Amino acid sequence: MASFVRFTLDGKTCLAEEGAQLVAAAREAGVYIPTLCNYPGIPPKGACRICTVLVNGIPQTACTTKVVEDMNVATTTPELEAFRRSVVEILFAEGNHLCPSCERSGNCELQALAYRYRVTVSNFPYLFPKRDVEAWHPKLVKDHNRCIQCKRCIRGIHNAAGHAIFAFGKRGDKVVINIDPDTSKDIDDELAQRAMDICPVGAILRKGKGFDVPIGRRTYDRAPIGSEVRP
Amino acid sequence: MSAKAPKKIVATTSLAGCFGCHMSLLDIDERILDLIELVEFNKSPLDDIKTFTKECDVGLIEGGCCNDENVHVLTEFRKHCKTLVAFGECALMGGLPALRNVLPLKECLDEAYLDGPTVADGNPGKIIPHDPDLPKILNRVYPCHEVVKIDYFLPGCPPSADLIWDALVALVTGKELDLQYRSFKFD
Repeated sequence: MASFVRFTLDGKTCLAEEGAQLVAAAREAGVYIPTLCNYPGIPPKGACRICTVLVNGIPQTACTTKVVEDMNVATTTPELEAFRRSVVEILFAEGNHLCPSCERSGNCELQALAYRYRVTVSNFPYLFPKRDVEAWHPKLVKDHNRCIQCKRCIRGIHNAAGHAIFAFGKRGDKVVINIDPDTSKDIDDELAQRAMDICPVGAILRKGKGFDVPIGRRTYDRAPIGSEVRP
Repeated sequence: MSAKAPKKIVATTSLAGCFGCHMSLLDIDERILDLIELVEFNKSPLDDIKTFTKECDVGLIEGGCCNDENVHVLTEFRKHCKTLVAFGECALMGGLPALRNVLPLKECLDEAYLDGPTVADGNPGKIIPHDPDLPKILNRVYPCHEVVKIDYFLPGCPPSADLIWDALVALVTGKELDLQYRSFKFD
């Protein structure tokens, strides 16, 4: 039987299984911690920093933090909310995020977080980087303009032999996430769909598919992201 | 509102935009009758007043700056309007015109006037338009807030009529804007 630990979440005492991921434990307790690079079922990475919370007063990413006895967690201070807003603004300024022409608009987690934090324009200068759209793969399109390098696809999408079908290329601010031509050669439609779904933005798209949910009925058209946990 | 209260004065313009945001403004439908009770329009494509004849309370800016004329108009708006509101994706971050921002200007002009497939034999003199009467194209498209101070931003492509209406009414009546989630969208 799993052992439970007691911890404090925004001033309330909560129970969680020992070693549980803080994001998941908070969700169980009805507290939404925004995430972007985190995806249920794949190893956490702490890449985007948007889930940063104060653990015993120290900023830490909640996706890579495990719950331990007597931990004191603050999820929503004005500083943390301002920090999260900045993370969203930086991502919008860093890539080329043209929502009106994006197939993922309305279902995009980055856009949904911008709605949640009421981001209108970025306080950082838009960089307009020159990035490519790769369309050589028979089933997938990789639009580097929209990629936020969260690495969810690298961590979560593997072929039948267990090999990752996405991989890094280059380094630093030139980093790109590419489709591996060898390991992705024989992927089926189901895996292609999973790759598209695991991408929080519109950087991975299935060919021959798009705009199949009308405006007004998309995931984040009616209620903000996280409102299933906390409005 | 009493009949004697002076109407707030509103100016609007479309810079590097498609006039879609102005169309969305007209999408307020019959509320336009309420609007003309609240405000008087000055420089605007809606009434075709070309230059400012009064100091304005609110300036609505559609589109970003892609040429020197856009910068001139935007600067005039800043001078003559107490409050400037950028509305629409193009005004906020450059939008569709900003797709050219990843390319050098020369490549864009060469493609448009010399090398593009639709040019065909249409430009035998191989001329890139440069008449002094034409506005000069900027090196890239600039969001409005990178050129002048902008007070408020309304996102959307176009911003929904409800968002424009709610924001405009809040601005001219001084009441706080009750921002609705369903009208705050980027597409």
